[in-house]
Amino acid sequence: MAIINNRLNPEQYSNNFNDIHPPFETKDAALVEANRCLFCYDAPCIKSCPTSINVPKFIKQISTDNIKGSAHTIFSSNIIGGGCSKVCPVEKLCEGACVYNLMEEEPINIAKLQRYSTEKAIKEKWPLFQRKASTGKKVAVIGAGPAGLSCAHVLSREGVDITIFEKESKGGGLMTYGIAAYKVTPEFCEDEVNYITSIGGIEIKYNQELGKDISLAELQQQYDSVYLGIGVGLARQLEIQGEELQGVEDAITFIYDIRTKGYSNVAVGDKVAVIGMGMTAIDAATQAMRLGAKEVTLIYRRTQAEMPCTEVELNIAKLDGCNIIWLATPKEIIGVNGKVTQLVCSIIQLGEPDASGRRSPVESGETFTMDIDMVIKAAGQMPFEELVTNTQLGNSKGKITIDNTCQTNIKGVFAGGDCVNGGKEVVDAVQAGKEGAAAILEYIQLS
Amino acid sequence: MADISANFLGIKSPNPFWLASAPPTDKKFNVLRAFEAGWGGVVWKTLGSQVKNVSSRYSSVDFNGSRMMGFNNIELISDRPLEINLLEIRECIREFPDRAMIVSLMADNTKEAWHELIKKVEDTGAHGFELNFGCPHGMTERGMGASVGQDPEIARMVVEWVMEAATIPVITKLTPNVHSVVPTGTAAVEAGTNALSLINTIQSVTGIDLDTFVANPNVGGHSAFGGYCGPAVKPIALKMLTTLSQNALTKIVPISGIGGVSTWKDAVEFMLLGASNVQVCTAAMKYGFRIIEDLCEGLNNWMDEKQFKTIYDFIGKSVPSITSWEELDINYHIVANIDQDKCIHCGLCYIACEDTSHQSISLDFGKPYNTYTIKEEECVGCNLCKLVCPVDSCITMVEQRKGDEYLNWKEYQRKGLPLNDH
Repeated sequence: MAIINNRLNPEQYSNNFNDIHPPFETKDAALVEANRCLFCYDAPCIKSCPTSINVPKFIKQISTDNIKGSAHTIFSSNIIGGGCSKVCPVEKLCEGACVYNLMEEEPINIAKLQRYSTEKAIKEKWPLFQRKASTGKKVAVIGAGPAGLSCAHVLSREGVDITIFEKESKGGGLMTYGIAAYKVTPEFCEDEVNYITSIGGIEIKYNQELGKDISLAELQQQYDSVYLGIGVGLARQLEIQGEELQGVEDAITFIYDIRTKGYSNVAVGDKVAVIGMGMTAIDAATQAMRLGAKEVTLIYRRTQAEMPCTEVELNIAKLDGCNIIWLATPKEIIGVNGKVTQLVCSIIQLGEPDASGRRSPVESGETFTMDIDMVIKAAGQMPFEELVTNTQLGNSKGKITIDNTCQTNIKGVFAGGDCVNGGKEVVDAVQAGKEGAAAILEYIQLS
Repeated sequence: MADISANFLGIKSPNPFWLASAPPTDKKFNVLRAFEAGWGGVVWKTLGSQVKNVSSRYSSVDFNGSRMMGFNNIELISDRPLEINLLEIRECIREFPDRAMIVSLMADNTKEAWHELIKKVEDTGAHGFELNFGCPHGMTERGMGASVGQDPEIARMVVEWVMEAATIPVITKLTPNVHSVVPTGTAAVEAGTNALSLINTIQSVTGIDLDTFVANPNVGGHSAFGGYCGPAVKPIALKMLTTLSQNALTKIVPISGIGGVSTWKDAVEFMLLGASNVQVCTAAMKYGFRIIEDLCEGLNNWMDEKQFKTIYDFIGKSVPSITSWEELDINYHIVANIDQDKCIHCGLCYIACEDTSHQSISLDFGKPYNTYTIKEEECVGCNLCKLVCPVDSCITMVEQRKGDEYLNWKEYQRKGLPLNDH
């Protein structure tokens, strides 16, 4: 057993990381689906979208050959509507609420239709929004992820000049660095960022990290307001013996490497254990498999009823051949010569409900041991607590605290997205960005 | 098993489904395929005046992703030499003697031309004629087709010419491009026609190409009014059929029903309103002759369910159900009811009623599903909510009479009863 890269040939990599939700091949195919939509009034799909995209309207517009109108409808509510059509867990959002479910019928393929309109708009570079004349107001946005981009786009439409400071060398945030490559490609993320900024009035400065290259105090002086969309990003530690061994990696880094280094340059073990059952755990497990691991096992301390990922996600992992072990938690990682060789797990029994309302995992005292050579930790992401605290931002365990106008404890400094909520969907961050922008417009007296 | 055979003016066919006079019946190749597939009869594409057809010829109207809800053509009558047609008709009769062979005719506007054509076609052994008084395009510019059918006196004259010469049954086919089909229908019956058929196609423009700005179908940058048919015209055909079935003179002759018949259900509806058989064209042009299988099987199963032994047990059965508006009972009142277990919360009933009808549905907001309930006291029983509801039997109309006695509008006025106050 060994952790090695370059396990597959280029064709295998290409097949394994192919688009998992391919687009409609033809206009007719999109029309068949669009025409299924009932055009509900006060539609459940709209109410189940955090950004309230007018789904029936944009679908109707596809069926009337008004694709520009359709894309405009989507982007008006969600400027990352293209990316969201690929990464949203629609089964628990719009599609999950589609009234066809109540007929025991397949819901409308909303994501695929949304992709149809938005991809066309992005590819054709349709200028769907007109920026108002510059007002002379300047806002700094920290983080070019979904929250920051969404906030910037709304502000720019109103004539605000935006500078986005991004610590990475590309925009898109989690979309670019933290999601399975078979859902959204780096090229698409780049096109989407360019499309968003094509409205004008938005400058992105890359490789600028808060607390290192820039300071909040400086930005406060130079700009009329500051928006923080810095996300989360530190992997939760297991805090067990053997965590320092070679072969123990966190999922965020693992996925980041896949997104930045090229598939053949990312090493993976023969037998991989992935700890956790959230979306990131699934993305790590499936991609470990797709990089050529022989055996991947997802280990979760509760049961399917409590898992954070959706059933659709779980099924991707199952179809990829991942093993699932419910009701187990890592107790110790054993190594030989500094390299991982075994994982000892405690068997769990579920106790009384905890603060999250889910039954709490209790160790039974029994254990089992697995032969493995790699452990990927995906037991949750932690906010940048140290950074936030050092910046004197009010926070709760690192999650930035905001009032009902999205403002932090520092006047004129607003925040939203994962850095506030601790890590939700891309679409939630987009909505947070919109709300932040609305609050900033009020603060700088443009509304 | 019910007996679905038909006897139209003594012309027998194993089922009441004929192919209408149109491109599917313009030559032996097609007609033999139709008979092999099981069609009861054909009306051979119109013979007569010499024409040459153009390219293109057809266009259609799609609806919500479904193709050919309505279909339009600018094809004229047969442009093949008469002698070839006659030879092929003869051969088709010989190969399928149990099927009905009717030949559609449209001669030049002289008695001699009609007599000569009738003589030649009768020599083939055809079982009957159908007079094409309905073609709405092209032929009308020569004073033929619909130009004959639109003027009862011209129609009467031509039918009289035909009846002087014909020794086999004559069906007169009526045009719908009139305010009423009854005047021409009665003129034809008075002139001696043995039967009527309707409708021919409705003059139409199906649409414009939004890139070229030319109407459809495009013939080298121009178009012409065409004849509209297909599922979209069925309700118009049913209405016209009913007016013939309810007229004292026209109801004495058999009627062959035409106009958007696509399924056995459509056929049954035509027959319930008085058609002795039906003719089909657009549905066959869309799907081919194989649709005859379900036409026959569906009709048969329905007749068994309803315990009708022959088609004559139900032909005309629904004619009395259509009366004049003034005879309708104002005391009959229904209100909508929503089955909450079946409701999928699409809100279509609500928005239709709220925006365009009587504000009779209340909305209780929910996330993500709203609850919709009927305000019975506001509901006028219009059916709109039930019609837009995508779920079968979710919305039903429940009878809540306003009074026990039958009360029509004349009585209502005589008694000075109040009008609606909202």
